[in-house]
Amino acid sequence: MPDEAALRTAGLGWRWRALVAGRVALAAFGGYGVAALATAFLSLALPMARSEAVATATLLSFAIMVGAVIWVFSAHTLSRAALGLAVPSTLLAAGLWLALALVDTAPPA
Amino acid sequence: MKPGFRQSMAWLHTWAGLVTGWVMFCVFVTGTATYYRADISHWMRPELQAAAVEPGVAVERGAAYLKVHAPKAVAWFVSVPQAERPLLDVYWFDSFETPIRQATLDAGTGAPTTVRATQGGDFLYRFHYELQMMPGLGRWIVGASALVLLVALVSGIVTHRRIFSDFFTFRRDRSAQRGWLDAHNVTGVLALPFHLMITYTGIVTLAFTLMPWGITSAYRGDELRFFVEAGQSPAWRAAAGRPADALPLAPLMARAQAEVSEPLEMAIINNPGDAASTVVAVFEEPKGLAHRHPQVVFEATSGAVIARLGTLKPAAHVFTSFLGLHEAHFAGPALRGLFFLCGLLGSATIATGLVLWAVARAPKAGAVPGFALSLVRGLNLGTILGLPIGIAAFFLANRLLPVAMNERATWEGAVFFAAWGLAAMVGLARPYARTWREMGAAAALLFLSVPLVSDLTTDRGLDFAGFDAAMIAIGLTLAWGARKVSHYRGPARLRAATAPEALARA
Repeated sequence: MPDEAALRTAGLGWRWRALVAGRVALAAFGGYGVAALATAFLSLALPMARSEAVATATLLSFAIMVGAVIWVFSAHTLSRAALGLAVPSTLLAAGLWLALALVDTAPPA
Repeated sequence: MKPGFRQSMAWLHTWAGLVTGWVMFCVFVTGTATYYRADISHWMRPELQAAAVEPGVAVERGAAYLKVHAPKAVAWFVSVPQAERPLLDVYWFDSFETPIRQATLDAGTGAPTTVRATQGGDFLYRFHYELQMMPGLGRWIVGASALVLLVALVSGIVTHRRIFSDFFTFRRDRSAQRGWLDAHNVTGVLALPFHLMITYTGIVTLAFTLMPWGITSAYRGDELRFFVEAGQSPAWRAAAGRPADALPLAPLMARAQAEVSEPLEMAIINNPGDAASTVVAVFEEPKGLAHRHPQVVFEATSGAVIARLGTLKPAAHVFTSFLGLHEAHFAGPALRGLFFLCGLLGSATIATGLVLWAVARAPKAGAVPGFALSLVRGLNLGTILGLPIGIAAFFLANRLLPVAMNERATWEGAVFFAAWGLAAMVGLARPYARTWREMGAAAALLFLSVPLVSDLTTDRGLDFAGFDAAMIAIGLTLAWGARKVSHYRGPARLRAATAPEALARA
């Protein structure tokens, strides 16, 4: 992100700091959000026994979160970073909504 | 946060590593010690001599105590005495809402033990994953810090241009910063597979605290149902509400043992005294990575087998293998030693990284360090040397506090935190090179005094030679480190120009 680097060297410390704080917040909450949505969605959608899907999704969730955090800090600008999390989050939320409607999660009678 | 992927990852590694470093150093040190939890517990109960007790008899003794002291409990747990823990531990829940309660009994008599009250190695173990805080808060802090450490590890690997040649690079005499950087790289790269494995599997041990959303969506939040379907926990049978006589426990245990080759670890009695009561025989983990316990479930009144738990489906097997890898119960003495060494290397990687952050930002000679740098230096001192001082004080307290003292186990913990807190305050007040030397020497003396004090206050002779040797080794390492710091006079080629300043900056 050349703009932000330029800001830093131009002595605009507070803007640089705000952008860094924005990335930290996006990485923590956005990264966790993507991982949580993926876990909830995959637990319903993976084609295996329910307990196996939960175990698989939960094991994967932390790798997903780390990947999301790396993305947030490597993207060129903060808005690109946010967009990169917003798109998968929206898709996962839509998939989760569908899966909750289609998959029966009630305990057997 | 700089142009270029590698530069942005270097930035991320620096800052993620700094913010998580202090908590993770404590987690690594106490976790590494926990590989020898049983040995530490053993040392902390010097009165205790192992006495062989038949497992079935031990279970009957535990249940007899619980029948008197917890007749209305919803579940009893009797932990069978083992060679490394020759005590009879009983636990019970008065209701699902109340916390678990516990008593430690003499394995030979079934009466409350007269051995000195101590948490033993469990103190460091519980600190390792919940910092001795309220469980919910402590586990979240440890889990979130571990996630940040995982980010620091991945970004650190990306930052490395020459991961293989750094393996053999140690430029001690070039400059202080080079030396610390190389030390950080060597300890980090040497045990890199361990660092990645232990961090990820550690996060997985807290998985359902940190990431409960799979159970929320697929099980509507019913965690017990998940564990039942995953084959890790027997289904809960609700109480019938009318009393009935249960069969004696020892024959049930013997029948279960006839089916399983591992030794009995625990007996669980659900709804004791009720007509629908169940008895679960829980066995130790079979050989292999997975952290799973074979179980046989009986109906308490008829003795009929209700369920057998043992084999797991693939994903559950992988999941429990992650837990098994983290805890290393499968490891024999040599592999356990290797895990211990890797844990020390992990602690050293974090410590050198924290010091490197401060050394790389040292002000020019004569300039006053800013608040942030002083704070980091103080926290580094208070953590890297403060924690060992706390641990040594904890061991000394175990030998020096009166055996019959009220709330004795709590006082041991209080000494740990008081000694550490004192050291941390000294570190924050005087974040200088000289303080590293003095506190390092103090920590060394404390560890070296542990075997001496132990020998003067107990009469176990050479029973604890291994523990004593470990204390002496830690003490000597700290003394060597303190000496190194006091003799360090800056890089050779700069020494003539800036000798005293270089020391002040280190």
